[in-house]
Amino acid sequence: MKYRSRLSAVAILVASTVVSITGALTGVAQAAEPIKVGEINHYKRMAAFAGPYKNGIELALEEINAQGGVLERPLEFIFRDDQGKPGEAIKIAEELVSRDEVVMLTGTILSNIGLALSSFAAEKKVVYLASEPLADALVWEAGNDYTFRLRASTYMQAAMLAEEAAKTDAVTYATIAPNYAYGKDAVAAFKKALTALRPDVEFVAEQWPALFKIDAGAEAQAIERAKPDAIFNVTFGGDLAKFVREGTTRGLFDGRNVYGLLTGEPEYLEPLADEAPVGWTVTGYPWYDFESGANKVFVDAYMERFDDSPKIGSLVGYMTAQSIAAAIKRAGSTEMESIREAFIGLEVDTPVGSIVFRSQDHQATMGAFVGTTALQDGAGVMVDWTYKEGANYLPSDEEVAAMRPASQ
Amino acid sequence: MSAVLEVVGLSKSFGGIHAVSNVDFCVAPGELLALIGPNGAGKTTCFNMLMGQLKPTKGDVFLKGERITGMLPRKVWRRGVGRTFQITGTYQSMTVIENVQMALISHHKRVFSITSYATRLYEKQAMELLELVGMPEQAQRACAILAYGDLKRLELAIALCHEPSLLLMDEPTAGMAPSERIALMQLTADIVAQRGISVLFTEHDMDVVFAHAQRIMVLNRGELIAEGSAQMIRNNRMVQEVYLGGGSLFEDQTLDEHAGAPGGDQHA
Amino acid sequence: MGLFIAQLLTGLANAATLFLVASGLSLIFGVTRIVNFAHGSFYMLGAFVGYSLMQVLPGAIGFWASVLLSGLIVGLIGVVVEMLVLRPVYKAPELFQLVATFGVILVIQDLALMIWGAEDLLGPRAPGLKGVVRIMGEPVPLYDLALIAMTPFVLFALWYLIARTRLGVLVRAATQDREMVAALGVNQAWLFTGVFFLGAALAGLGGAIQLPKGGADLLMDFNILAAIFVVVVIGGMGSLPGAYIAAVLISVLNVFGVSYLPQSTLVLMFVVMAVVLTIRPYGLLGREEVAGEHGQVGEPDRPIKPAGVRARVIVGIGLLLLLALPMADSHFLVILATDIIIFALFAASLHFLLGLGGLVSFGHAAFFGAGAYVAALLVSHANAPMELAFLLAPVGAGMAALIIGWLCLRLTGVYFAMLTLALAQLLWSLVFQWDEFTGGDDGLVNIWPAKWLSEANSYFYFTAIVGVGGIILLRHMAHSPFGFALRAARDSQRQAEATGIDTKRVQWMAFTVAGVLAGVAGGLFVFSKGSVFPNELEIAKSFDGLIVVFLGGVKTLSGGVVGAASLELVKDYLTRFEYWRLALGLLIIFVVIVAPTGIVGSLRSLLERVRGSST
Repeated sequence: MKYRSRLSAVAILVASTVVSITGALTGVAQAAEPIKVGEINHYKRMAAFAGPYKNGIELALEEINAQGGVLERPLEFIFRDDQGKPGEAIKIAEELVSRDEVVMLTGTILSNIGLALSSFAAEKKVVYLASEPLADALVWEAGNDYTFRLRASTYMQAAMLAEEAAKTDAVTYATIAPNYAYGKDAVAAFKKALTALRPDVEFVAEQWPALFKIDAGAEAQAIERAKPDAIFNVTFGGDLAKFVREGTTRGLFDGRNVYGLLTGEPEYLEPLADEAPVGWTVTGYPWYDFESGANKVFVDAYMERFDDSPKIGSLVGYMTAQSIAAAIKRAGSTEMESIREAFIGLEVDTPVGSIVFRSQDHQATMGAFVGTTALQDGAGVMVDWTYKEGANYLPSDEEVAAMRPASQ
Repeated sequence: MSAVLEVVGLSKSFGGIHAVSNVDFCVAPGELLALIGPNGAGKTTCFNMLMGQLKPTKGDVFLKGERITGMLPRKVWRRGVGRTFQITGTYQSMTVIENVQMALISHHKRVFSITSYATRLYEKQAMELLELVGMPEQAQRACAILAYGDLKRLELAIALCHEPSLLLMDEPTAGMAPSERIALMQLTADIVAQRGISVLFTEHDMDVVFAHAQRIMVLNRGELIAEGSAQMIRNNRMVQEVYLGGGSLFEDQTLDEHAGAPGGDQHA
Repeated sequence: MGLFIAQLLTGLANAATLFLVASGLSLIFGVTRIVNFAHGSFYMLGAFVGYSLMQVLPGAIGFWASVLLSGLIVGLIGVVVEMLVLRPVYKAPELFQLVATFGVILVIQDLALMIWGAEDLLGPRAPGLKGVVRIMGEPVPLYDLALIAMTPFVLFALWYLIARTRLGVLVRAATQDREMVAALGVNQAWLFTGVFFLGAALAGLGGAIQLPKGGADLLMDFNILAAIFVVVVIGGMGSLPGAYIAAVLISVLNVFGVSYLPQSTLVLMFVVMAVVLTIRPYGLLGREEVAGEHGQVGEPDRPIKPAGVRARVIVGIGLLLLLALPMADSHFLVILATDIIIFALFAASLHFLLGLGGLVSFGHAAFFGAGAYVAALLVSHANAPMELAFLLAPVGAGMAALIIGWLCLRLTGVYFAMLTLALAQLLWSLVFQWDEFTGGDDGLVNIWPAKWLSEANSYFYFTAIVGVGGIILLRHMAHSPFGFALRAARDSQRQAEATGIDTKRVQWMAFTVAGVLAGVAGGLFVFSKGSVFPNELEIAKSFDGLIVVFLGGVKTLSGGVVGAASLELVKDYLTRFEYWRLALGLLIIFVVIVAPTGIVGSLRSLLERVRGSST
């Protein structure tokens, strides 16, 4: 029981350091009390993803505050690292709400932490905008009144790829996905969407490597054994790199259509360099290809500010801050309930166009870029891409209503 | 009068080596019986089979008529056999009296009790036992800082906790000064005489053996080669040969018997 | 048939890396008796260093030179670690060094992040070995064949070194009897340093050599850890040929597992390990541990006494202050205190096992997780009320402990530790991969307390009463005959058995008690967070428990609780900084070196010295 005296000491230390870790504040209205938003992420565990995302937020905040902030107060994000542990994220959420008095919460990349925060949000009646996590359950099976989600979900992106797959005459499919919830959701969604369009297709092999522990040679052999016409890939990160290398070496992809969920995102494509797969149909973010419009403006501003190319995370971070600013503006107050109501049906103008946070399930209609991978100057890129509206790839309202638990 | 302990054809081999072969003997009630022999003769192996630390290859052990061959040490103990070891194994993290109390707790089958404080159980009996072995003023000392001779006496107190009918003492005076040896053995002899306990002990110090043993058995290369009173053993030609061959005649010998016998000391 | 052979070859190729890394771990353990948790970090460093070298050194010669240089450099890093971090703590209690190696993990993680950045690096391919050959029509990468051919040479070279050179003689002698080596006049410190160099170099080689099949990333260290522990244990601690056989066995089985049981890839390895250890408790080529071989190092525990009146009054006042915490008007302090009490109860339950029983469990998180999951599953699948679910959490954890304890207690020492680790990982992989039931990685959410406890303050009172009650219960048990019997079994199993104590049963019951109380902590945890995820029973969680027990002081009664509270507070503060892992790692290493008997143990010695000099 010796920690009591230390608690107060730590409390003082904590108070004095919060200042040093909060996001940079620039521009206007220094006198006005800032509106604080709590941002929880896996800055250490998934540094490659969280970094660009944070940059995106900071870029948006600078722009928003340069234009006078929100409700004539500067908007401020408090960034906290949860070490990739859900329990830690909940603790930080409690602290952000009670000590820092944030008006709402946002963040996370990993779906499991998103789900934990979403449950916390419903229990404690705190608004939570799940920015990056893709789990379908966030807005459907585990959906609740206080959780909103920005990014196109697993289901939406898988449905986009299924639509492309249905156009070919491939009949037998193999799938490979990391053996955890995201991978399973993705395969289930792809199967559902594809069989709806093409009842004749058959799934001849399902591979489930453990996340970040892929035995790529063995996986390639196992898929080869099934001799499928096409492959649906959900692996990402280091797993993807190993799978692509082993598969290419062993000729697994020769003469086969391959569909890669998220494979075209710079986060995953760039590390592959000149070994990036060619001819895969993927979802991703072709920032290098924009010639004009809001997308181009964002990319230029980002590159100017950070001297680095944007990732999909940068875009999501930017849109997260935009959405939150829009919601608070619409609410006209920083009351939790008003913000929650403002998010329902909220329209936001973003680099990818106007998006809406749907009232039926709180999912935003942000879409995704679908294209084909190619090699240009020794780097993997997406070509022949189109932007697909998220709204067109969601189940019917009745299906959504059936999945969502009754509102509390 | 029937024997307290009866050993029939006891044998143990490790691989092809016969550590103990075909040993027969009895311990009579109240008797102090010594088992002697040169290094590696198989004395400790023999002891380990009596109390169940080792399973015999062949043969049987009977305690007051009940067959206890191969029985676990703790079950043999429950039937009234106490044991001290050549190398002491007291509980280093406890005080002297707690060591005794632990054995008393076990004797009263309260090992799994969680309702009471162990240090408050059987304090009186433990103190009496410590007084018996002459170390009451050491009761509260940590066992870890005890002198070797005191550890031996503590072991004796522990071995007496469950009022045994038989004590097996493996080298009870090893590592002690000569004067201490006689004193400890005298103490032991007095206690067992008073309580009617039989003792089977091994010993290197022939002064101790001849002074206290009522009967002596000699083990050589796993076989009993002689048995009888001190006088008979002293005059036995075979015994003399064995010990003469070893280079010393019934004098103090080194302590490290365990270096010799194959598997002689499983717990050393 | 062609595919079968191709799969076999893939397995053999995969075994190369596993063998290299595992053999290093096995060597280090065999000679120094240090369970080197940081071995995965050496492997990761090998990959990063190799990657950087390959950017500079061109061609096939450059490639292979880079591989060798990586081994050399990582070996030297190992030497630095050994000399700076481990040498000062060789005299510390058994296994205390693993805390230091855990600190090293944290430091290396952040240093690697600083130097090489956060992005995954794709390993360069081996020049000249990029293609495939067709074996019975199936493509087999040339590099795989190179790996397969190379491994036996490494094995042979190591064997030669150990069996035929003077160094090897010393190493073998040290594996069996450290005192003897010292008696031979060999400088043991340098022998240990040398072995550490070799072990770390092998890990580094393993990291560099797998680059063409993968790359370098910051998760490599923990990802390989479980696998190499499994290989070392299956092969037999300290046995190189054993490590090779086990690496091949695991890798080949895994390749076929990928084809025929694609959903169960994680579980397979631990099932194999459990089966092998059931049949051969000391591994395929391992020798039985001689009891006491690496027994108690340093001074034995002090006798313990129930707290006196003064101490009780102080603790009582402390508890009252704790209960008054919600009046401090800081909601977050209450949350933080709730977390700390839960973690302290978990640590206290492990300490009961480790400190009093001398049973070093590497898998204690299994019971914390079991408690949390039992409660969560009851709520999500059976709609059980919170009160019932909470009561059943320790029951479930206790059952798990009863089974796992029974299996593990057939072994002793480090084998016991490894088997607890393996079985805990088995449980983890079940929870992780059986997602229809457990929610897998998405966990179980919406597990909130009943209405009367839903306020943070009321839940804090609930936690304080249950958690502190549990800690006091454990402390009381330490003073009870049962606690004494547990210490007796640890101090001298022979003596305990020879005075009628069924030591295995005592230890088994203690294992179960520890499991039950860890389950209580798990139950408290799940309702305070409203959700549970597999990470609550993974290796890192078990390690957290070990770290705080050692840091607090194994040989003191309050070590677990004090360690838990200190570490939680320090973490809560440090994680607000960018390079908090580096800071925490250095702090842990610092504490290990200046306070090798743990925080409580060192404070006690300090106090005694102050008192001693004043009288």
